[in-house]
Amino acid sequence: MRLVPNVSGDRLVIEVAEARIDAAVAIEFKERMRDLIKDAPERVVLELSKVGFLDSSGLGAVVAVMKLLAPERRLELAGLTPTVEKVFRLTRMDSVFVIHPAAPDVQRAAL
Amino acid sequence: MCSALRSDPRDDAGLRVTIAGNAHAIRQALADLVTRPPLAGLCPADRGSAEIVLAEILNNIAEHAYAGRGGPIEICLSPEKAGIACTIADSGIGMPGGQLPHGDLNHVSEVSALSEGGYGWFLIRSLTADLHYHRRRNRNELRFRIVAGQ
Repeated sequence: MRLVPNVSGDRLVIEVAEARIDAAVAIEFKERMRDLIKDAPERVVLELSKVGFLDSSGLGAVVAVMKLLAPERRLELAGLTPTVEKVFRLTRMDSVFVIHPAAPDVQRAAL
Repeated sequence: MCSALRSDPRDDAGLRVTIAGNAHAIRQALADLVTRPPLAGLCPADRGSAEIVLAEILNNIAEHAYAGRGGPIEICLSPEKAGIACTIADSGIGMPGGQLPHGDLNHVSEVSALSEGGYGWFLIRSLTADLHYHRRRNRNELRFRIVAGQ
């Protein structure tokens, strides 16, 4: 599973360079994220524009990461593709997470 | 918003496949199924809904009916006028109490109280119609419809 961290100002942006966060990788995702956020600043942004699919196991893993960061730090989401957005909207997680339309800083950092 | 199936005549074809009940085989099967009729004939939003529903049902079978030990899962997808009729069957253990889970969403505002699981049946119930479960001769069968344009 490819997770690409980039410190951008006061934020840690972690790009998920995978097509899917599903039952096959949910545990690995959670474990890798746990390592990446150890010394993270107050804001952590998960950049999901390469992720075309997320199931309830993937959603549970993202929730788990948010709970690892709370209460001092928070997890924000960026670049949700349509099917991923649908899972967050139906489960009303869109009212729990701060969701950005895109993370332009990630693209700049990648140049 | 999308409303209907494309009129490509190849989309009239139903599909019947048997896959292995483990998370990696399910991931591969889903990636394949969405590229073939009848799912390929749905608009992207409906195809996304179908992929979510199938992922939840198939992984539920792998995790609970087969309890991680694996086993065959039969998938039958038939195009209908306004969507896809689906039948999913397995030979694992039955649903607790012979009933499908309610899949209620517990709404909480505190991050610490958020559940890390239990969203699967809520998603299935949100994205399907005419959901029926029955068990006969040690075989579980789940029937439902994915309605286009919902």
